[in-house]
Amino acid sequence: MEVGQMQRQWVEYIRSLFMEGFLDGQFLQLQQLQDENNPDFVVEVVSLFFDDSEKLLNDLTKAIDLKGTDFKRVDAHVHQLKGSSSSIGAQRVKNACIAFRNYCEEQNIEACFRCLQQVKQEYCLVKNKLETLFRLEQQIMAAGGSIPTMELSF
Amino acid sequence: MGMAAEAQFHVLAVDDSIIDRKLIERLLKTSSYQVTAVDSGSKALEFLGLNEDEQRKANPPSVSLENQQDVEVNLIITDYCMPGMTGYDLLRKIKESKSLKDIPVVIMSSENVPSRINRCLEEGAEEFFLKPVQLSDVNKLRPHLLKGRNKEDQTINNKRKEMEEKHSPEQRIKTKS
Repeated sequence: MEVGQMQRQWVEYIRSLFMEGFLDGQFLQLQQLQDENNPDFVVEVVSLFFDDSEKLLNDLTKAIDLKGTDFKRVDAHVHQLKGSSSSIGAQRVKNACIAFRNYCEEQNIEACFRCLQQVKQEYCLVKNKLETLFRLEQQIMAAGGSIPTMELSF
Repeated sequence: MGMAAEAQFHVLAVDDSIIDRKLIERLLKTSSYQVTAVDSGSKALEFLGLNEDEQRKANPPSVSLENQQDVEVNLIITDYCMPGMTGYDLLRKIKESKSLKDIPVVIMSSENVPSRINRCLEEGAEEFFLKPVQLSDVNKLRPHLLKGRNKEDQTINNKRKEMEEKHSPEQRIKTKS
């Protein structure tokens, strides 16, 4: 595949991520902060997000126990995940966290359990999508091309 | 401090989230600020040179010519929700400190809670940014930084004037620049 084709593929793919709500405008903000002096900024921040999220999801899995749940602690973890997903533009993860926090407040353990599954699912989806996007970027760079600049025109 | 050549502004960023620290650092560096990022309020106070002795002293020494700050910080930007010391606690400690109270403080929060915002502004925060922080927010910092620098210069100029007006030739006044 030649570079132009790969670039078009990248544009279509990232556009679909916005259309389907996986990403929001904050992701574009991250891209705008990337330049020749900081060429890996987006990948770096997203990698930090992956590491942090995996830890939080593990903690959440342990913390939600039908026998006894510390809702304050659960809420604190979800708050953190909501913040980091918002910071990178992972909209669906963020929204799942917002719903989750409401159930924490209600101390509804079954709903919290369901929310956790939902957040995990959304996280997995966005992780796969972003990894695919970054792979496309690597292919473009390897072929000597550059990543197109995205403008939110839709 | 005002005697130094026109140096870059130095911003101290405080946030317990590693993602947000990376983000704010990049935002600030894009605006050509020098950045130090720490992950807690207590680390921030440590960096600012405010140790526990300072906090315990009821009366600072009457003749205090030493610059109590180890490094010069022109602005502090801190997250509100942090474990241990919150951004609000940090703000209060800074405003209660003789040596630090004139450093502008900005609070960031992911939650839009009017009572929280008002409390921070009343306590002396210059601005309150909703997260995620944007480049347009960071652009709002410059006037506060410039004001701080002008204030420093003004304070030094006023002190000079005071000394010039004193008539006694025997008076030797030592100052630390």
